[in-house]
Amino acid sequence: MKLAGQTIELLKKEILLEWRSKYAFNGVLLYIVSTVFVCYISFNLNPGFKESSGYSIVWNILFWIIMLFASVNAIAKSFMQESKSRLLYYYCIAHPQAIILSKIIYNALLMGLLSVLAFTVYTLFFPNNVNDLLYYLFIVLLGSTSFSTVFTMISAIASKAGNNGTLMAILSFPVIIPVILLLVKVSKSAMDGIDRSLGYGNVGILLAINAIVIALSLLLFPYLWRD
Amino acid sequence: MKFIYQTWWKVLAVVLIFYTLIAGLQFRVPRLDILHETIRNLYFHVPMWMAMLSALVLSVFFSIRYLAGGREEDDLASVECVNTGMIFYVLGLITGMIWAKYTWGEYWSNDPKQNSAAIAFLLYCAYLVLRNSIDEEQKRAKISAIYNIFAFPIMIVLLFVLPRLTDSLHPGGAGGNPGFNKYDLDSHMRVVLYPAFIGWSLLAVWIASIRYRIRLIENKRHDIN
Repeated sequence: MKLAGQTIELLKKEILLEWRSKYAFNGVLLYIVSTVFVCYISFNLNPGFKESSGYSIVWNILFWIIMLFASVNAIAKSFMQESKSRLLYYYCIAHPQAIILSKIIYNALLMGLLSVLAFTVYTLFFPNNVNDLLYYLFIVLLGSTSFSTVFTMISAIASKAGNNGTLMAILSFPVIIPVILLLVKVSKSAMDGIDRSLGYGNVGILLAINAIVIALSLLLFPYLWRD
Repeated sequence: MKFIYQTWWKVLAVVLIFYTLIAGLQFRVPRLDILHETIRNLYFHVPMWMAMLSALVLSVFFSIRYLAGGREEDDLASVECVNTGMIFYVLGLITGMIWAKYTWGEYWSNDPKQNSAAIAFLLYCAYLVLRNSIDEEQKRAKISAIYNIFAFPIMIVLLFVLPRLTDSLHPGGAGGNPGFNKYDLDSHMRVVLYPAFIGWSLLAVWIASIRYRIRLIENKRHDIN
């Protein structure tokens, strides 16, 4: 019960800090919009791309790749922006599990909001008819949650090991590939309007991966924060 | 750690591996289309992965022990197990690729299990890079132990869960393999395959233990007294 209370307090603090500066939110939103625009311009250099047969496949994959890089950039900051003395202060007053849990929930909320906005901007520039829109949005939210759970723990590890961007990418990409593969597969079937029940197995595995990653983060983070 | 200084299991490993070498090339195997005599590679390809898995499971065990106890030896044992696991990883990939060339036509056939294996290989390369990026020994030991434990379940999902959900040329997949599937593994083959699992796994542990002992000696020589 104490853990839940601490988590909620820390979560409130994270949201309040973000609300005051809006740095991460605006930064990542701008990142997404500019990436989408770069893609839009580059793809339109080739006339007839929209009518080509591979358009819907590229559409789906490109969206997930943009989301992948946006979330790496957004979440890599989650431990970097904290100064060493402030972290020390948190560790004195709160349980380490509450800290990692609040970071995961905060990142999931942030990425969920951002991914819905990104999806809106993306469909504006790249029109495509998604047959099962509600299911697609559900997968987008599930995907952003999965990115948050995986990247939060990896960014904690990377921040302890010298805090460079290369390390974050090296450590996180092999871990995220199975998630991305499942997401692309499930979202493609949502786009084609294939019966939802056929994708439940894959969604189940995504949820299972999330559960494993959260459990491991809770188990391992208490060992990580101590210096 | 008394176990690694004993002799009986090393003798057992040698006997079992020689047994599988002779029996694997001599015993009767089922006649199957496409595969023909290459089916004997089953005795050499699959045990490599078993040996890799044994080494990696051991390394996770030592990582957990390091986090619980904080003894440097556990960290050394853990990293040497990963190194040994990587050797068998490469051997497993190579034996698989040669087999794939003769049965599927290409060294790399975009098979889900092959791709997963390549990704999991990156996962452990990342572990080794992470180790090199930290200078301070205790910090390195702690952080790499954490990453090792974190990576292990992901590796299991990659190698043993995801390929089974899609069409794979490997047996056990949803689509099934036209040339070979798990029901073709008859009792004649089990007689060779299971001892091969044990033999190669023991060999992996043996290699890891020797590397671990070399590291201990190096540590002792570099010690300041």
